Amino acid sequence: MSTRMELASTVVEDAVSPGPSAGLAGSAGSSAIFEIQDLNVYYRDFHAVTDTSLNIYQNEITALIGPSGCGKSTVLRCLNRMNDLIDGARVEGRVTYHGIDLYGSSVDPVEVRRRVGMVFQKPNPFPKSIYENIVFGPRVAGWKGNFDDLVEETLVRAALWDEVKDKLENSAFDLSGGQQQRLCIARAIATSPDVVLMDEPCSALDPIATYRIETLMRELKKQYTIVVVTHNMQQAARVSDRTAFFSVDVGEEGQRTGRLVEYDMTDRVFTAPSMKETEDYITGRFG
Amino acid sequence: MATRTIGSGSTAVTQDMLRRALEGRKVNVINPLVALTLLISLLASLAILVVLLWDVVAKSMPVWQERGWSVITNDLSPRPEETGMVQGIFGSVMLTVVVVILSFPLGVAAAIYLEEYARDTRLTRILVANIRNLAGVPSIVYGLLGLTVFVKLILEGMVGQLSGRTLIAGGMTLSMLVLAIMVITTQEALRAVPMALREASYGVGATPWQTIRHHVLPVASPAIFTGSVLTLARAFGESAPLLLAGAVLSTFFAAPEGTPITSLVMSEKYTALPIIIYNWSRQPQTEYIALTAAAIVALLVILLVVNAGTILARDALERRRIR
Ligand SMILES: Nc1ncnc2c1ncn2[C@@H]1O[C@H](COP(=O)(O)OP(=O)(O)O)[C@@H](O)[C@H]1O
Ligand SMILES: [Mg+2]
Repeated sequence: MSTRMELASTVVEDAVSPGPSAGLAGSAGSSAIFEIQDLNVYYRDFHAVTDTSLNIYQNEITALIGPSGCGKSTVLRCLNRMNDLIDGARVEGRVTYHGIDLYGSSVDPVEVRRRVGMVFQKPNPFPKSIYENIVFGPRVAGWKGNFDDLVEETLVRAALWDEVKDKLENSAFDLSGGQQQRLCIARAIATSPDVVLMDEPCSALDPIATYRIETLMRELKKQYTIVVVTHNMQQAARVSDRTAFFSVDVGEEGQRTGRLVEYDMTDRVFTAPSMKETEDYITGRFG
Repeated sequence: MATRTIGSGSTAVTQDMLRRALEGRKVNVINPLVALTLLISLLASLAILVVLLWDVVAKSMPVWQERGWSVITNDLSPRPEETGMVQGIFGSVMLTVVVVILSFPLGVAAAIYLEEYARDTRLTRILVANIRNLAGVPSIVYGLLGLTVFVKLILEGMVGQLSGRTLIAGGMTLSMLVLAIMVITTQEALRAVPMALREASYGVGATPWQTIRHHVLPVASPAIFTGSVLTLARAFGESAPLLLAGAVLSTFFAAPEGTPITSLVMSEKYTALPIIIYNWSRQPQTEYIALTAAAIVALLVILLVVNAGTILARDALERRRIR
C-alpha cells in the first residue's frame, strides 16, 4: 500500500512542474510525461532494443513507426511495465514518468497501469457484457461512484454510446471488430488514465473503422497523452504530432536489434527527414 | 464444343484444360483408404466395448431377475443369495468425497501457482516435470505409500488408532493418486486461456489475483470441472491402492447398527465397489459369477451417469457465460 501512495502523491507534485527537457525532439511548449534514457531491452539473451532515448509529451500523439521486429511494441510496453509479464524480459536504462523512475524498486506496476492504459493490436474485449467491460477497471481500482453514469460518459467519449446504448448487457463479442476496438479504447479510458498506449490499434480493421479510430484519437488527445505504434505510415502522418522512426540492425550472427533512428515533429520526419535511412523508408513505402 | 481461351499469349489455356486441372485426378485412392482405416480402428474399439458390456449385462441378468434391487441395497453377507453391495457403494462415494475435499483445492491451487505466478525458471521446470512423472506412477505404488504413511505411520502410529485401515486412510491414498493428474488437467485448462485476456485485464490495472479470479478462472472453469470429474471417475474405479491401504477383504463385515457417519469414515472398517468386484470374482460358488457381473454393471452405470452429468453441467456452465 505504501508504494501506491508514494507513486500517487509524487505524480501530483511533479505534474505541475515541467520535467527537464532532454531528448531529441525540441519541446513544443508541452511538458514531457515520459523520459526514456538509454533504454535497452532484452528477451533472455536476445537484445531487442538498443540505446533508445526519447521524450513523450503531454497531450500529444506520438507515433512509433518502423519495419516489423524493430522493437516498437517492446518500447511501448516499457511505458506501462507490460513487459513485466514476459518471462525473461529485462529492461535497462531509465524510464521516468513525471520524473519518477518507473522501474524503481518501490513502484507497483499495477498502479502504473491504472495511469497508463493500453489498447492492443487485436481487439481483446473481456468475454463479458459491454457494461462489464467498462466497469471492471474502475471497480478493481476501488472507484466509488455511479457506474451507470461512468459507463455512459466513457462510451460517449469513445464515440460508441449511440451504437451500443440499447445493448449494454449484450456480449462484447456481438460487436463488429471496429466497435470492439473502440470498446477497448473506452475500457482503457474508463479508469481515467493519464496516458493511453496503442499497439497497432487499427491493423485488424477496415478503412472505415480505422478512420473512426483516428478521429477518436484526435479527440482524445485533448485529455490524454497517446503513444501509438503503427506500421501504416499514412496513419502516423495523419494523426501524430511527433514520430519516432525505428530501424533494425542485423548483427554478425544474424541477430536483429532495434534502434531509434530519428525522432522529430511528424511534419519534419515526413517532409524533411534528417536521416537518409528515414527518407529511404518513407519514400520506399510511399512508392 | 466451343473452346473458350483463358489468359492470353503463349500461356493461354482452354477452359477444358483448366477444368481438367481443377478436377484433379479421377481416382484418388489414398484419401478413402486412410479414412477407411481410421473408421475400422474406431469401430474395433467400439466393438470391444460393446462386447464387454453385453457380456456383463447378460451374465448379471439372472441376479436382477431373481433379486431385484436387493442386490444393491443389501449388506454384504457370507450367503450369496442374501449378499448386496450397499456398503461398497457407500464406501466408494465417501472415498470420492474425501478425494474431492483433499485433492481438488490442492490440485487447482498448485496449478494456478505454476501457471499464473511461478516464473519460468529451472526450478519450476523441474517441478512440472516431476508432477508429470508422479502422474505416471502405477497406482499400486500409491497403495504402498498409503499403507506405510497413512495407515501405519499417521493413524496407527501418531493418532494411535487400533487399526488405521479406515476410509479416511483410503481416501487420502486415492487423493495422492489423483493429485498430480488434477494439477496437470488444471494446468492445461489454464494454459488454454488466451494471453490476450490476461493482458487486457492487467492493462486496465488489475492485480494478478483479480485477473485470475475475474477472467482466467471463469474461462477455464468448464475445462477444470470436466477434467476433475473425469479424474475422480478414475479414482472411483481404482482397486489396487485400496487393497493395500486397507479396504476390507472379506465377503462379510458390518458396523454396528446406528454408527454415526463420522466413525464410519474415521475409525470403522470399510470397503469399496471395486473391492467387492475383486472379492466376489475370487469366490468359488457359481452364484458369484452373476453377482460379480451385477457389481460391474453397477460400477459402470454410476460412472456413465456421472460422466454424462458432467458433460451436461459443463455445457450449461458454458452457455451461462457470455461466450
Ligand atoms: N515475448 C518475446 N520473447 C522473445 N522475443 C520477443 C518477444 N517479443 C518480441 N520479441 C522480439 O523482439 C523483437 C522486437 O519485437 P517487437 O517489439 O514486437 O517488434 P515490433 O512491434 O516493432 O514489430 C523482435 O525480434 C521479436 O522477435
Ligand atoms: Mg508490434
